[in-house]
Amino acid sequence: MKVLVCITHVPDTTSKISFTEGDTKFDSTGVQYIIGPYDDYALARAVELKDSNGAVVTVLNVGGAETEPTIRKALAIGADDAVRVNADPIDSLFVAQQIAHVAKDGGFDLILMGRESIDYNGGQVHAMVGELLGIPSISPVMKLDIDSTKASMSREIEGGKEFLEAEMPFVAGCQEPIAEWKIPNMRGIMTARTKPLNVVEPVSEEAAITYGAYEMPPAKSGVKMADSVDQLVDMLKNDAKVL
Amino acid sequence: MSILVVIDSAGGTIKKASREAVSYASQIGGDVIALSLGDTPESELASLGKNGASKVIAVAGGFNSIQETATAVAEVMNSASTEVLVLAQSAKASAVGGRVAVKLGGAMASNVVSLPDTSNGFVVKTSIFSGKAFASVTLNKDKKVLVVNKNTVEIKEDGADASVEAGAVNIPDSDKNITVTGQEKASGDVLLTDADIVVSGGRGLKGPENWGMIEDLAKALGAATGCSKPVSDMDWRPHSEHVGQTGIKVAPTLYIAVGISGAIQHLAGVNSSKNIVVINTDEDAPFFKAADYGIVGDAFEVVPKLTEAIKAL
Ligand SMILES: Cc1cc2nc3c(=O)[nH]c(=O)nc-3n(C[C@H](O)[C@H](O)[C@H](O)COP(=O)(O)OP(=O)(O)OC[C@H]3O[C@@H](n4cnc5c(N)ncnc54)[C@H](O)[C@@H]3O)c2cc1C
Ligand SMILES: Nc1ncnc2c1ncn2[C@@H]1O[C@H](COP(=O)(O)O)[C@@H](O)[C@H]1O
Repeated sequence: MKVLVCITHVPDTTSKISFTEGDTKFDSTGVQYIIGPYDDYALARAVELKDSNGAVVTVLNVGGAETEPTIRKALAIGADDAVRVNADPIDSLFVAQQIAHVAKDGGFDLILMGRESIDYNGGQVHAMVGELLGIPSISPVMKLDIDSTKASMSREIEGGKEFLEAEMPFVAGCQEPIAEWKIPNMRGIMTARTKPLNVVEPVSEEAAITYGAYEMPPAKSGVKMADSVDQLVDMLKNDAKVL
Repeated sequence: MSILVVIDSAGGTIKKASREAVSYASQIGGDVIALSLGDTPESELASLGKNGASKVIAVAGGFNSIQETATAVAEVMNSASTEVLVLAQSAKASAVGGRVAVKLGGAMASNVVSLPDTSNGFVVKTSIFSGKAFASVTLNKDKKVLVVNKNTVEIKEDGADASVEAGAVNIPDSDKNITVTGQEKASGDVLLTDADIVVSGGRGLKGPENWGMIEDLAKALGAATGCSKPVSDMDWRPHSEHVGQTGIKVAPTLYIAVGISGAIQHLAGVNSSKNIVVINTDEDAPFFKAADYGIVGDAFEVVPKLTEAIKAL
């Protein structure tokens, strides 16, 4: 079984977000980059499928050379090889087209992604890839078990959970508790250096959307502190007008 | 401009987020058509006219998968010649939108928090980095898909009822490739993702046995209950209640955080709330900086008192 895991290279969740060049560019000064947390769940489940189902796991990132340390970390966690599509991820459709292009000839049984990236939070690349390849896209997937060619899953729906089955291949956007995040061990870190990381050039596609200026949310006007429960209730009733 | 809005309902009642989406579309200007996939009663659908829809197309039947839903929506967009699709943010909205955008060769923006500015192209403001910043985005295609965040506009309530007509779509068998084998309802009376008021508890509550007071407060307010990630990791509460960057993102009118420190990953799930109240023993808890109202105190004293005071209102 061949599994493709698509990972993003994103600022650590605790990073301070700021912009430069007249608020037109993300300021990466001093920012620590990580594998997207949801992509990390997808990767963890894929690595478990190596043991349970003999899966071979390829990780894929669409990004510049600066993402390679993040890709190596995924290899250290347990992926077998990696592909980097050498292009800036300019918009979701562009990224989806690159992923679909790699996937088309790769013979993958399963394409795992995060439910959403934590930089642009689109929650749409998995669906776009599914549509481009003409296969199902299922998200947010919270449990995934494979039995020969069939998968059983549970996914979050409004107001609860749904249990479903699908034949491979399909795309899944993953979230917890699908698996526990894994940290690389020493052996993983050593072998990651020698695992193949293939750099391929993008297929040419135009972006459907363009980003203009960025801005920060307005600062909160300051918290109003209550000295007693009665005062708090009064504030909620007469100031916030929510009771 | 003609705009299609897809409506979600639960138990025959249209969701608030869908009424917001129709109100949003009506403020863009142009003809607003609502699309209902499922079995919502006609009188309920007609009331979408009050929110600004000129017409409701009702397609009966179950559309379970993202793929079937997207096929149905794209078909109606084509047959009704609509240019813009508006979806209310939900567990599947962006996925449905993504497939529709590919089918129609359109452009898509998620997490939209403003009406489009059409003075120079079609530009919307979107929330990025889990609410830590905004970007202005230009959609460069004729067909446009917008997934709109909750609380972006006020619900408009002044129109007349809309006409409801039955529609039909043709879903190819190749799209019917998922078998639903069961469903499980989340616990609690009020749905977290839709709730107008949310009461959340964190590690400060010390253990699952203390959740009774959170539930009592939620009940007095008609609120849903939520929790921080460690609380669900330790199985004090189900995963479906975990709020934050890696959990549910909520956008209620009132969010009450009890014994939660206010880590940035938790705040990422609550920063669209209109009013945030923090109850914490530690006056330096970071959550106070993100709050509108706060009280420094022990949850075990404050919460029962608050519940009593609210019941007495
Ligand atoms: C990649 C990543 C993703 C994450 N995603 C999420 C997420 O989605 N959601 C999330 O919540 N967390 C998330 N976290 C975890 C997050 O960083 C924090 O660890 C977590 O939010 C802390 O939970 P807490 O506030 O309940 O616990 P604590 O940080 O332990 O805070 C407990 C608070 O309770 C107060 N307290 C103690 N006793 C009382 C009392 N008697 N009465 C009142 N107050 C009291 C304390 O003063 C303290 O402020 C994530 C972390 C990572 C690394
Ligand atoms: N540049 C990228 N390279 C590889 N995978 C990506 C990239 N961007 C997004 N993805 C995948 O698509 C998922 C959803 O992303 P998004 O639609 O941006 O929220 C992510 O969790 C990743 O698995």
